[in-house]
Amino acid sequence: MYDFFNNLGQNTVDGLTRGAIYALIALGYTLVYGVLKLINFAHSEVFMTGTYAALVTYTLLGVPFGSLVGPELPTALLYLLVALVVSAVVSGGLALGIERVAYRPLRRKNAPPLIFLITAIGFSLLLIEIMGFLIPRFLGSQGILPNVFGRERPNTLGFPTLITRSDAFEFLGATVTNRQIVVIVAAVIMMIGLDLFINRTRYGRGVRAVAQNPETAALMGINQDRVIMLIFVIGGALAGVAAVLWGVYIGNTHPNVGFILGLKAFTAAVLGGIGNIRGALLGGFLLGLVEIYATQLTSYPWQDIFGFMVLIVVLMFRPTGILGESLGKARA
Amino acid sequence: MSETVAERPVETPSAPTPPTGRARQALNAMGERWRAQPKWVRWLFGAAGIGFLYYLPYLGIPGLTYLRTDPPPMGHVEGGTNWSATLFTISIYVLVAVGLNVVIGLAGLLDLGYIGFFAIGAYSVAIFGSTNSPVVQAIQHRFGLSETWAVTWALCIPIALVLTMISGVILGWPTLRLRGDYLAIVTLGFGEIIRILARNLDGRSGPDITNGTSGILQIPGPQGPPSPNNTIFGLIDPTPWYFLAITIVLVMMFFVRRLEHSRVGRAWLAIREDEDAAGIMGVPGFKFKLWAFAIGAALGGLSGFLFASRYAYIDPSQFDVTRSITFVAMVVIGGAGNMYGVAAGAALLFYLPERFREFNDYRLVVFALALILITIFRPQGLIPSKRRAREFKDRAEEAHADA
Repeated sequence: MYDFFNNLGQNTVDGLTRGAIYALIALGYTLVYGVLKLINFAHSEVFMTGTYAALVTYTLLGVPFGSLVGPELPTALLYLLVALVVSAVVSGGLALGIERVAYRPLRRKNAPPLIFLITAIGFSLLLIEIMGFLIPRFLGSQGILPNVFGRERPNTLGFPTLITRSDAFEFLGATVTNRQIVVIVAAVIMMIGLDLFINRTRYGRGVRAVAQNPETAALMGINQDRVIMLIFVIGGALAGVAAVLWGVYIGNTHPNVGFILGLKAFTAAVLGGIGNIRGALLGGFLLGLVEIYATQLTSYPWQDIFGFMVLIVVLMFRPTGILGESLGKARA
Repeated sequence: MSETVAERPVETPSAPTPPTGRARQALNAMGERWRAQPKWVRWLFGAAGIGFLYYLPYLGIPGLTYLRTDPPPMGHVEGGTNWSATLFTISIYVLVAVGLNVVIGLAGLLDLGYIGFFAIGAYSVAIFGSTNSPVVQAIQHRFGLSETWAVTWALCIPIALVLTMISGVILGWPTLRLRGDYLAIVTLGFGEIIRILARNLDGRSGPDITNGTSGILQIPGPQGPPSPNNTIFGLIDPTPWYFLAITIVLVMMFFVRRLEHSRVGRAWLAIREDEDAAGIMGVPGFKFKLWAFAIGAALGGLSGFLFASRYAYIDPSQFDVTRSITFVAMVVIGGAGNMYGVAAGAALLFYLPERFREFNDYRLVVFALALILITIFRPQGLIPSKRRAREFKDRAEEAHADA
């Protein structure tokens, strides 16, 4: 208990940083759910692929691996920007691909929801195997792709140091590092951007309309398929951004990184109210905090259990989440 | 949507949809002839089939039953040791498939954390039956029992069944009121919680129950803990284990078959097809879903129990999520809802990697592709249940009508 209160400030900062990453991934779940009432189970592997895209980008840019000191700040930020763009494009494209290959034919057939889930599981497994096994075996070792994929599964890969870790400032007894600032600032920019996009633009209005009532939206001349493609791309791109930030903050990845993280992000989405964009943000930050406080009270090996427990408790007592589930009805 | 439901022609199980294609026609004709046989002929064939299952370990077809890793056949173990071992593995996973089929195929609840029940079954026999388990050692210490004392194997079976059924109810009680897709995610979390518990209850991060990552040794079989004196159920010859497993599988399949055709089974089908309509007709959805969960859990637990007794050692890494997804894959690929289909799916998914060991690395890639392709092109599975195939067809026709 003493430790808990003593470290409260530090834990809050750390929890918020983690929460920012959860929230970015949760947005992908929430957007797709809001429009299609579908849990995009493969979203976590879209994130995982994003971390690999970032790694490949760093390698191609020639960022030195394994050093504790990163390049100068302007160069580092440039690298970071490139990685963000590449990773967002790769993840967004992948999410779109999954939509086109898997979900659309199933929608045409009016398949039951569980079938969607099973296809998505198939895609998750396939992506894990591609990144963790097929690429290392066939491409990495042949020099066709930069050999950042390492050995065949299971294999944890380290990110290069982009931003030399240093303490930026003290805040209520907590030390905020510059990496945490980068993560939170980048995440908040993306979130505000998404919120504006959904609430203020024509495309956003289309998304909200389809979420509210697909048939009426179609009658009003909204191309439903295009809206669906749009939300998959946006969700995937946000996961790509989250992947780069994950690389900055946590600093390693492996083929199964998405599994637990995806479950936590999904929990965050449900906690805030799935289908509700601001709910996903709130849920992400809350889950980050809950998780880190609870870990402080117990011990590190229990860390991964709290997300699931929060999920079960929320679904038992308030399945619609804190802010209620709707993309269409509420303002966000 | 509603008018298309009303327009749908009323079909009864005795009036199958008109067959298309030569192969299907031939199959249907065969089915008709089979049903036309007198009962004693069908019984005879059934008995012959079961007899054949018991003869399987002695079947020596080169290329089919001599697996690559086999030592040259010797002594009375006709088909080679590893063929029997594979048969044993297949039969415990057939049991898993039959249990999971109750949950996924009959009641229509997607359970992604079935490995949790498998693990609880395995850990029940390990925790209570092994002299290596911290719990047994604590009991020995507390009551001044000898160091060889542990709960007998036979007594562990009811313990495992009760524990898995209770855990099924504990998981199902809060979650079965949820929509299907939420349930899938929660069960996935449950499977992972069980694995984390098994890993963390090691005396350092929590109370010592499972030995954590070091696992539990000395798990007993029907003849007690593994020792050179075990004449029948030893660690070397898997054939008796196969006989044990296949017997349990057949008995359980018989029970599930009876259940499927009882009031309970009809209630499950009604819930799967339309829970609201079933509720209006007076079928209490929650109660029957909980039953499906508990029965499915017990079967999974029994399978885990056999797994742990056969190999005499378990540790948490054996119960990871990949295996859980493999379980779902066998049911979906085999054909959810049809017990024989899922059994075939399980046999296929565990025989092929053994037979083609050089491609074993690609096992998961193939599973993944199979899951994707099957759900897109043949969502009813390879050997579907007739009713479920019709459901999928209906839905597809509705989609066409809407478009």
